[in-house]
Amino acid sequence: MYSSIEVEKLSYSYPDGHVALREVSLNISPCEKVALVGPNGAGKSTLILNLNGILRGQGKISVAGLELNEKNLGRVRACVGLVFQSPDDQLFSPTVFEDVAFGPLYQGYPEVEVRQRVKEALAVVGMSDYVGRVSHHLSVGEKKRIAIATVLSMKPELLVLDEPTAGLDPRARRSLINLLRELPITMLISTHDMLMVRELFPRMVIMDEGYIVADGETLELMENEALLSAHGLEKP
Amino acid sequence: MHIHFLDPYQPRLSPVHRLDPRVKFVLAVAFILTTAITPPGAWPVYILLLAIVLAVEILSDLGVGYVLRRSMLAIPFVLAAFPVIFTLEGLTVFSLDIGPWMLTASQPGLERFISIALKSWISVQAAIILAGSTPFPDLLVAMRAVKVPRLLVAIFGLMWRYLFVMVDEAMRLLRARAARSGHADRSDLKPGGKLVWRGRMAGGMAGSLFLRAFERSDRIYMAMAARGYNGEVHSFALPSLSPANWLVLGLSLAVLLILLIISILIFG
Amino acid sequence: MLYAPVPSPEPMHIPDGFLSVTVSVILWGISIIVIAYALKRVNADLGERQIPLMGVLAAAIFAGQMLNFTVAGGTSGHLMGAAIATILLGPWAAVLVMTTVISIQALIFQDGGMLALGANIFNMAVIGVAVSYVAYTTIVSLTSNRKWGVFMGGFLSAWSSIVVTSLAVALQLALSGTSPANLAVPAMAAIHAIIGIGEGLITVGALALVYSTRPDLLKLGQAGPKGGKLVWVIGLLLAIGLAILSPLASANPDGLERVAEQKGFLGIAKGPIYEVIPDYVLPGISNEALATILAGVLGVIIVFGVALAVAYMRRSRQVSGD
Repeated sequence: MYSSIEVEKLSYSYPDGHVALREVSLNISPCEKVALVGPNGAGKSTLILNLNGILRGQGKISVAGLELNEKNLGRVRACVGLVFQSPDDQLFSPTVFEDVAFGPLYQGYPEVEVRQRVKEALAVVGMSDYVGRVSHHLSVGEKKRIAIATVLSMKPELLVLDEPTAGLDPRARRSLINLLRELPITMLISTHDMLMVRELFPRMVIMDEGYIVADGETLELMENEALLSAHGLEKP
Repeated sequence: MHIHFLDPYQPRLSPVHRLDPRVKFVLAVAFILTTAITPPGAWPVYILLLAIVLAVEILSDLGVGYVLRRSMLAIPFVLAAFPVIFTLEGLTVFSLDIGPWMLTASQPGLERFISIALKSWISVQAAIILAGSTPFPDLLVAMRAVKVPRLLVAIFGLMWRYLFVMVDEAMRLLRARAARSGHADRSDLKPGGKLVWRGRMAGGMAGSLFLRAFERSDRIYMAMAARGYNGEVHSFALPSLSPANWLVLGLSLAVLLILLIISILIFG
Repeated sequence: MLYAPVPSPEPMHIPDGFLSVTVSVILWGISIIVIAYALKRVNADLGERQIPLMGVLAAAIFAGQMLNFTVAGGTSGHLMGAAIATILLGPWAAVLVMTTVISIQALIFQDGGMLALGANIFNMAVIGVAVSYVAYTTIVSLTSNRKWGVFMGGFLSAWSSIVVTSLAVALQLALSGTSPANLAVPAMAAIHAIIGIGEGLITVGALALVYSTRPDLLKLGQAGPKGGKLVWVIGLLLAIGLAILSPLASANPDGLERVAEQKGFLGIAKGPIYEVIPDYVLPGISNEALATILAGVLGVIIVFGVALAVAYMRRSRQVSGD
């Protein structure tokens, strides 16, 4: 069967010997929206960084049927739209336009197509008017939306977000949740925001100490309070 | 995911680690100075200097392998001294016939080249031992003791404190760029973009790093001012050196002086 | 790539062993004078704000040197930072920031030597900043502060700071008898004319971001004391001097070598005292080579013996202590 992403027995340890992932296996089907939860240091960020080959562990990862290896690395990176926790790291160009254009320009698309993609990506996140603005001066919520646009312009197979609601005020959080709900794309989101998980994600994956300790329907897992508290989580 | 391994300091309990940082600092500089003054071709002195530095490596528990691996950093620069083998005049050692050129290696040329390489290798090991066995705040104390201006020492200290923060930021920027550096699903497109564009993007990253540094320095200044900072750098008076430290300092300097005299008298 | 803990060493940072003691000491002297004056100027202008600003900016320049980009065929361009520091902070503060960066690189990461630190500070923090200052202020005032003038000034100041600095490095190596001027000068100049393009591109990119975000920072010396005419003249003289001196030295390498030897740049000059030393090294052994080897071996055995004995004693004491 075709999967958006397929992770098989992925293990990863940092150069200092700290083991961050232990034989993690995960399968996500097209248009599925999956939440990745667990305490800090559980391995969520490490897993995310492995998905598009920023970190390389042992095991097998396939994105849209494409196996992640040296040869396919560039292709896989374009397929996995990775949005980092701090939008300041993602927005390093003078203007919003240049940041959103980075991905397609790097891929080598001609200018007409790049402009078209930037327009579309900004429209999807509802920031069309911001194309000429300076990223540095935007609010955190606006920066988060632009950061999502910077990967949407690559037309990725799946969207991976690290803590998208961290540091947002309630209004910006609400507007981001609405945006995520409407995006018609496969999604894997690492978060501590259990309220958002319950509202938005039918499927939940719990990680702790490098293991996937539970993977199932969100509502079902949230009823299991023993499981949640064993891994430092709270029922919303 | 912080990069602690940027810090070369290796905590151990060795006698080298326990030595007062001021003594270590002065000895490292004196050792490097001795190595620099030793004339080319004074092979026994070089061997002794190398033996001393290796011996201190063993004593320091840093591991000879660790120090030697790090000491390879200076190797690329040795290329700069390479031509000297062929340009100094003297007794011919060997000749190379490369097409139209005839390269003649002379004895003084070889002697000077090997001496430069040895000096550089021995000196860098001493510097590695100093950095590996002394926590940075102790080095700041040593700098104060040798009368580096207090303001400069304070700037060094602040830079060290924020070095890891800034390097983390730089790494996250690089990571965010790498994550978006993908290839298209079309074989007719060449990924990578134009050179000028790539340079400008790296510049944008540097620019945002600097801007954030500016803003951070404002916040740091406010935090310092909130705790009563008024531009004066206050620090504790330096404690006096223990007799044991004086002894090590005196004996080591004497040994270096003897080596220096030997090298100048016999090989100068 | 992402785990490179230290920026790759550039051919700019001279390690110990490559400069003669005389050259090192003279350049230390000049650097100390410039740093002392810069400290005074910056202290007068910035006062209590200077420590956090200089310290954090130095950390940013250090980290900024990690931001590389692919030039071609596996080589990558990255930042030295003298030009951008000069443009953002003014010459005096830039001298201090670059001095801090270079000192920490030498002290902690052995990127550049400790005895050679004076020379490295002179090259990158003094010459690099002075040349950047001349190029930037000249072009920006010629183009009456227009946007393209700022960018062109940024590119040229970055490029020329790299090239002129590399000329200074080559001349110092030649003066030390380490590298013949007729090879070192053209080689360094050619390599750095290319490396300088990378520096220029990154500097322009950084300026573009600052220009669109905080244009107020780009009025030269906004964050630090301004340079004034004297700095401009000195910078110009340094740049022109090096630009003229290096081809001259390169065309006539023997001349430089002769200067080096006559002025005692090559190590310690021989004096009459050496005539007193007899022709052998160890008494009783007449063969010089054999004596040399014996002396070396003996020394090594003694030094290692002591080190191993101390290490062994410590270990056994630890074991018995447990």
